Amino acid sequence: MAVERKVPAIIDNPMSFCPGCGHGIIIRLICECLEELGQDQNIIFPIGVGCSSNLGGGLVTDRLHCPHGRAGAVATGMKRVNPDNIIITYQGDGDAYNIGIAESINAAYRNENITVITVNNTNFGMTGGQMSVTTMEGQKTSTSTHGRDCSITGFPMRFPELVASQFHIAYAARGTVSSPAHINQLKGYIKNAIEAQMNKEGYSIVEVLSPCPINWNLTPIKAMERIDNELISYFPLGEFKQRSVKEA
Amino acid sequence: MAEMMKGNIAIAEAAVRAGVRLYAGYPITPSSEIMEYLSWRLPEVGGAFVQAESELAGINMVYGGSSCGVRVLTASSGPGISLKQEGISVLSDEELPALVINVVRYGNGLGTLFSSQCDYLRETRGGGNGDYRCIVLCPSSIQEAVDMVSTAYELGEKYRVVVVMMTEGALGQMMEPVTLPEFQEPKRNYWGFDGKYSYKKIGIFDRDSKKEAVELNKKYAEIKANEQRWEEEGIEDADYVFVAYGVPGRSTLGAIRELRAEGHKVGLIRPITAWPFPEKAFEHINKNVKGIITVEANATGQLVDDAALFTKKVLRADIPVYALPFVYGVPPIREIKAKFAQILAGEIKEVY
Repeated sequence: MAVERKVPAIIDNPMSFCPGCGHGIIIRLICECLEELGQDQNIIFPIGVGCSSNLGGGLVTDRLHCPHGRAGAVATGMKRVNPDNIIITYQGDGDAYNIGIAESINAAYRNENITVITVNNTNFGMTGGQMSVTTMEGQKTSTSTHGRDCSITGFPMRFPELVASQFHIAYAARGTVSSPAHINQLKGYIKNAIEAQMNKEGYSIVEVLSPCPINWNLTPIKAMERIDNELISYFPLGEFKQRSVKEA
Repeated sequence: MAEMMKGNIAIAEAAVRAGVRLYAGYPITPSSEIMEYLSWRLPEVGGAFVQAESELAGINMVYGGSSCGVRVLTASSGPGISLKQEGISVLSDEELPALVINVVRYGNGLGTLFSSQCDYLRETRGGGNGDYRCIVLCPSSIQEAVDMVSTAYELGEKYRVVVVMMTEGALGQMMEPVTLPEFQEPKRNYWGFDGKYSYKKIGIFDRDSKKEAVELNKKYAEIKANEQRWEEEGIEDADYVFVAYGVPGRSTLGAIRELRAEGHKVGLIRPITAWPFPEKAFEHINKNVKGIITVEANATGQLVDDAALFTKKVLRADIPVYALPFVYGVPPIREIKAKFAQILAGEIKEVY
């Protein structure tokens, strides 16, 4: 049956993302999932620092800006005192995997019953496109002007695979927003992650490959093509840890 | 009925009784007994305890808990409190209360395990980035510390500020007879998140720092006007007034009583709030006082700065202000008296 797709009620204000950015789609998907799962009046967002901060301006929900990288810890404090609220961290790759790697790893290690959404655009977007832990080998950024040299900076990190293989978490997946088919797939991942939390299965993470046309120096369309042609082969899409408990 | 208790344990139990329902922190001597005790005690009363991966994570968990409106606690010492400054600044910015206990130990960097007062300036000036103050309580006995815990939360919630309890290694580790406070029903503050957006909070992009600065100054002025706490003895007719807080404040009290008995007109101001500094006490000082003397457990003399500032502000006279920094430990009465003799003999020069 056809269902009318309306803007979720908790998205109330315009958000100031760059043209061609993927954040808007991702936030929309999260809010659609919350509404469809009946959780949009039961949600707290601990928000990262960077472009992800803009979520705070757009939504009318409980939300808290966290110090850079600490959303995993802030979410832990929230969940321990409000176990019945849905807690979703919204962070970028630099926030969650560079400065926040300790808090992110340890939240997964404890199998904290929270949901982590990491928007991976392979750079620090807000501060002008510096290299992050997910920057591709050879990728030019404002701090890797000749292209990332992985021999001295390390190789791009695949965090969902890391926590899925090493820790006892509930759910880990990676999706993207590069096509309508991928967007639908991503929505399924986000829904799974939130349901895992609702069922108290433990830690769930969805990483999203997201375009950053401004800092990639590409048009919006070329930026989407870069995801399909270059990123997916290194950052594969799919579920790395499936839920063991399925909803009835 | 009073029972013998170790400082850290008594303070931890007082926190449970004040309705604290989240502790998050990382072990460090000489504060660790607080978290050890709460690791089993908080779950008994339906509270949450998290052994965090770092002090940074600990203070940020506390930040998350406070945002949900419950009473939260963390404790640490030395370099651990340095790591917590990020979160203390953020809590202050969001006007979320929390109690942070600094069981002060001596030294820069990793420091030492000696009891000390070396963090005075940092605690009384905010500590992290930005321009904020925390209410700083500095008990001199375990009973005083225990009685202060509930007050700390009431002050934090009334003014929406972080409260730092600056104890010392000695106070945390020693045992004294204590009467514990009554149990309070845990409360949920009205600003706490409930997932329903019941409390409308201004987003960071809609804030006006200039307007907030006016409000902040108003709030801090109110705290300064209403919340100064101190103990004083013999300052109305004193030739010399000692200023000392915490455990050294206690030994200085012993010293001035002995000096009085020996015919010296000396008095003591013992700050119980280090911020707001008890400047009102200075109004009671003899107008013909010959000198103000701080007794401190640090290397360079820190309390002396505030003693001098408020001597100037309140007494409006060029009165010499001396510092007796004993580096670490609890200054013994006989050493305080010996240093006082050196001041009288002109062998120790004033700082200001």
